Amino acid sequence: MNWTALIIFVLLFGFITVLGFFAANWRRGDLDLLHEWGLAGRRLGTLVVWFLLGGDAYTAYTFIAVPALVFGAGAIGFFALPYTIIVYPLVFLILPRMWAVAHKHNYITAADFVQGRYGNRWLALAIALTGIIATMPYIALQLLGIEVVIGAMGVQAQGFLGDLPLIIAFVILAAFTYTSGLRAPAMIAVVKDLLIYVTVIAMVVVIPIELGGYGNLFAAVPESKLLLTSPKDGNLGQYSAYATLALGSAFALFLYPHTVTAILSSSGREVIRRNAAYLPAYSFLLGLLALTGFMALALNVNKLPEFADQFARYGTNFAVPALILHTFPSWFAGVAFAAIAIGGLVPAAIMSIAASNLFTRNIYVPFINPDRTPQQEAKNAKIVSLIVKFGALVFIIFLPLQYAIQLQLLGGIWISQTIPAVIVSLYTPWLNPWALLIGWAVGILTGTWMAASQAFQSAVVPLSLGSLTIPGYAALYALGLNFALSIVLSALLNPVRGTRGEDQTAAADYQM
Amino acid sequence: MPAPREPQQRSLAWNLLLIIPFIALLWVPFYNSIEPRLWGVPFFYWYQFAWVFITSGLIVLVRRLTG
Repeated sequence: MNWTALIIFVLLFGFITVLGFFAANWRRGDLDLLHEWGLAGRRLGTLVVWFLLGGDAYTAYTFIAVPALVFGAGAIGFFALPYTIIVYPLVFLILPRMWAVAHKHNYITAADFVQGRYGNRWLALAIALTGIIATMPYIALQLLGIEVVIGAMGVQAQGFLGDLPLIIAFVILAAFTYTSGLRAPAMIAVVKDLLIYVTVIAMVVVIPIELGGYGNLFAAVPESKLLLTSPKDGNLGQYSAYATLALGSAFALFLYPHTVTAILSSSGREVIRRNAAYLPAYSFLLGLLALTGFMALALNVNKLPEFADQFARYGTNFAVPALILHTFPSWFAGVAFAAIAIGGLVPAAIMSIAASNLFTRNIYVPFINPDRTPQQEAKNAKIVSLIVKFGALVFIIFLPLQYAIQLQLLGGIWISQTIPAVIVSLYTPWLNPWALLIGWAVGILTGTWMAASQAFQSAVVPLSLGSLTIPGYAALYALGLNFALSIVLSALLNPVRGTRGEDQTAAADYQM
Repeated sequence: MPAPREPQQRSLAWNLLLIIPFIALLWVPFYNSIEPRLWGVPFFYWYQFAWVFITSGLIVLVRRLTG
């Protein structure tokens, strides 16, 4: 047991717990209303939204999994950098429109907007369900990140005692989300980011010094892991995989309900535009973080006898914790592990809020209790946020870890299929809601089938065009089919009477 | 004589600048090489890091131009 690290860890965790409950009083609003609890009253300014969006993109799972991928697979794992670069021009161009129309009509979720645009509650239901199902395994993976760092501090009891720290962390998370809503992760995100910046900067400065500079670091990496494999014999190899993973993940990122929630909580359109310009600071940090995978490789941390147990248990996911334990004094390891664990709590809180907003607005109200009062609506969302988190906890404790990872992989494919309905609809009302629904269903089935053809081990599938083989991200291939169907079927269905509902929005609502 | 374009439309054309990062980063052959190195860092890595700053700069620029 690493007592020094554990004590620092517990102290920092205690501090953010207090902060989470205190957050209820910050920019006070009536937390019995859904837009106050679930969107912090749409009053968040540039700086806080910056931290909140950063908290979304920068999760405990990212912190563990991105370096683990680089450590295990080399250059291909670096796609996280181009992905988080190209996402921001998209945020800049597209999301201010979503904010404007949502602000005008009090939409709280992407599915609210689709409902308002097309007046078709089945399409809205499809969008909401996709969001909820894609988010659940993501929350479970945050727990995995927390579990790995707790294991790194030597807390490795079996059975219930082993799960206890995780359960405590989640009870804390559930309690402050329930009482403070989105204000809690918004406030904690600030502390979390300071800790993460300190940790990553310390790693990318101290470790290369130990190795004798960045030149030596890259020299220690096997040649085959430094670059992507080149196209050969009509197979585009990792080239097309890298580019499609980057593009597809960028699309998926800003469709995830937790990103939409953070965007809609902004106090204005300019807050989003300004943020798009400054958020790449996170991408830079993420790139540095990816490089720590190479550092773990150069130092051969998986060969060190003291980490043999944990590598056997967590696989490559232990690369970063091992690197931290190997390089830093215990007290700093405590800070770093707290940064990772708190880095899991913030997105988990936002995700559970986003999922419960979706359930409440797009399933509970239209299908179960249309005559609810605003207070009942908010109450329902708070309870659902507890259920969502409890579900994630059960998931990670009782099911094999591999399931959560595979479901998260599928989640990215599924959420991408909401692009035609959510994003294209911001620009034109031309698409037909039933066509969108069919395109969505076919996209989900095709994408899932493609992932199944890889035994759910990889989302990259080979597409054959004549003699050319193009390995690419299944989400994009399925999306191509989804788009084609949505367009063709819209042309066919639009002349049919009664296939289109009422559009509540006007062209001017998207500008402001 | 063609009517002069709306000022807003003209300024929105600046948005097209934001296509550049997509081309630069999604066309892998541009950067999948070791040389030229920068401070010992292979081209593949420092090129992509450089685009963080270029993209950020482009967004700042477009934001000014489209007000």
